[in-house]
Amino acid sequence: MEIVQEQPATLTEPKKTIQVTGSVALLEGLIAEGTETIFGYPGGAIMPIYDAIYDYKEKLNHILVRHEQCAAHAAQGFARASGKVGVVFATSGPGATNLITGLADAQIDSTPLVCITGQVFAALLGTDAFQETDVINISAPVTKWNYQVTDASEIPAVLAKAFYIARSGRPGPVLIDITKNAQMQLFDYEGYTPCNHIRSYRPKPIVRNEYIEQAAALINSAQKPFILFGQGVLLGNAEQEFKAFVEKSGIPAAWTILGAGAIPTDHPLNVGMLGMHGNYGPNVQTNSCDVLIAIGMRFDDRVTGRLDKYAKQAKVVHLDIDPAEIDKNVKADVPVWGDCKETLPLLTSLITEKTHETWLAEFKAFEKIEQEELIQKELNPQRGELTMGEVINQLNILTKGEAIIVSDVGQHQMVACRYGKLNTTRLSVTSGGLGTMGFGLPAAIGAKLGAPNRTVIAVIGDGGFQMTLQELGTIMQFGVDVKILILNNQFLGMVRQWQQLFNEKRYSFVDITSPDFVKLADSYSIKGKRVTERENLVGSLEEMLNNPGSFLLEVMVAKEHNVFPMVPQGCSVSEIRLK
Amino acid sequence: MSNSPDIELANAKQEFTITVYTENQIGILNRIAIIFSRRKINIESLNVSPSEIEHIHRFNILITETEEVVRKLAKQIEKQVEVLKVYHNTNEDIIWQEMALYKLPTDIVAEKVLVERLLRENGARVVVIRKDYTVFEATGHRSETDKLIEVLQPYGLIEFVRSARVAIIKDSEGFNSKLRDFERLEPGKEVIENEFLDQEKNVFTM
Repeated sequence: MEIVQEQPATLTEPKKTIQVTGSVALLEGLIAEGTETIFGYPGGAIMPIYDAIYDYKEKLNHILVRHEQCAAHAAQGFARASGKVGVVFATSGPGATNLITGLADAQIDSTPLVCITGQVFAALLGTDAFQETDVINISAPVTKWNYQVTDASEIPAVLAKAFYIARSGRPGPVLIDITKNAQMQLFDYEGYTPCNHIRSYRPKPIVRNEYIEQAAALINSAQKPFILFGQGVLLGNAEQEFKAFVEKSGIPAAWTILGAGAIPTDHPLNVGMLGMHGNYGPNVQTNSCDVLIAIGMRFDDRVTGRLDKYAKQAKVVHLDIDPAEIDKNVKADVPVWGDCKETLPLLTSLITEKTHETWLAEFKAFEKIEQEELIQKELNPQRGELTMGEVINQLNILTKGEAIIVSDVGQHQMVACRYGKLNTTRLSVTSGGLGTMGFGLPAAIGAKLGAPNRTVIAVIGDGGFQMTLQELGTIMQFGVDVKILILNNQFLGMVRQWQQLFNEKRYSFVDITSPDFVKLADSYSIKGKRVTERENLVGSLEEMLNNPGSFLLEVMVAKEHNVFPMVPQGCSVSEIRLK
Repeated sequence: MSNSPDIELANAKQEFTITVYTENQIGILNRIAIIFSRRKINIESLNVSPSEIEHIHRFNILITETEEVVRKLAKQIEKQVEVLKVYHNTNEDIIWQEMALYKLPTDIVAEKVLVERLLRENGARVVVIRKDYTVFEATGHRSETDKLIEVLQPYGLIEFVRSARVAIIKDSEGFNSKLRDFERLEPGKEVIENEFLDQEKNVFTM
């Protein structure tokens, strides 16, 4: 349906209105917000919206997923790859509860989503009606904001508010629950006005210059400064500002798993990954630096290890847009509140240009040890079983760091993130905070739709793949070009690794059998191949990448291989083990 | 860092009254409550009521925790989209009261001169007199209203109820010195003033 918004001729003339249903107002609002792709699944309580979208097929590309959880993950992948807000439709009851894992993942990883759920008629609320669930309360802890609409006239304003909240400040998922009567109700539609202010909501704290000055003074006097950066740099679209800061200050910088790619992997000041399976130098040096500059990261326990032995010698400068993150886990000596797109240039202008050569050489020395003792064996094993590391290494050579790598959760994720080459921003999509197995495949679908010009490779384990493999159906139906790379070690590898290291090899329910993934792909008309021998690896990866359309490549890797380095739980980051 | 008395105080659990100004929106009570329950912190008393500003509600939440925990809780509450402002105060910073109602058999109250004296001594006043029962009201701190229960128990106390704590922040005129103290640890200068809130045009309404 075409809606013509007529502008009033004079200010006094009342706005022209048009009678539309709540559903039509919703779709018009989505279009006004720039939405082109929706991931969803219909059902009874959202049928009026699906009836309306029948007439909007030209403007809105609806992707029918095979499970609502995957609609949320796909929208996450879309948002992370494109920088836009991901949009999800689901019905009431089970449709809505199936979204919860995706919402929790998006909440902890600050991914902007707007989820629309259908709800039973307002008159039936609280009667245990068919497919009625208290979605607002169930989703409250895992949404940045949510709202139940019971009257169609609320829809334009609520949708505008939802988009504003989802994308501003520290982004996050928002859920709007719309009762069926509101979807069907006709009302006087006055057009869509985007929201840019909510009086009770301050997306960005005001930047306080005194702290910028204090931070600059600390940085300028530091002998061994160290930068930790997280997804905040990406979310703030501050990659250029960050690069300028790093390059002028000459300070070595290490990334959290979600900060990967904020500066290219091979940037001389990028010293690697932080945390439990991060690089050797960054972990050890955290406990020997004198000033720690944390930018857009939240000191997750997987990054800090044992907190009471974390960077105690260092003065901490913490840049974050979310005031609740300051002092939450690590006490900040200088808090720099604000959007790093604003704070970083201010800081850069006050710091002295330096190189920190001796300090950087220490990182290089650690890198050399890690390379010799670990990385080379992992990436270039000459004999024995295939390693996950060599698969990623060969992939890097072929993609040249230009592809999007979506990873699932587990050993392969750590390997993909540690070794994946990223030339630019938004090339790594993974479930960081929640660690959601099954994230990879649906997120890759979303990532491809969010960045259609990029090659998208979903690196997934045999365990995680079996959690959401029904999405092969979505890939088939919509012809989404996703390269699926299954690293099959025939185990739930990460748990097995822990059981080996900490539970005396008592392998409790980690031995997982898989179907024939290649046959499975075939039944979805997706080309597939299995690799068991080293000599076939490169050729098969090439075949996968060169194949027009989706492809599933299963690589049989070493069954009992561990991810190292590792900071064992309860240990300090400087107690990181290389084996 | 040395263990200064300030730090010891910050690590000791004590009563804190958290004052929260919110939009009058369905669901915000749950969003605030789960911030506590998620961390297994018990809310000892909770009062929610419209504030002096139209459409704005004021919460008074009483918990026993360390200053550090309370500070973090306050930030998490303030992060909620529909929360305007959060304060946290120790008992020294506030004037607080709880109101209690006591129901007693009228015949005993009428007969025993002692009861009248006890009520007078405890600052209780009569709210309702019926043939069969009388309801008294007393306002004070927990210990005071508790004491009156003990006192009235022998005279056939039929029913008792007590409100949550309501508290006025002593130096809350505008944004006071205490707040400026907090502000060192907060992101920005206050943008939410009462005058602003009264201006409907800046208010997002649904």
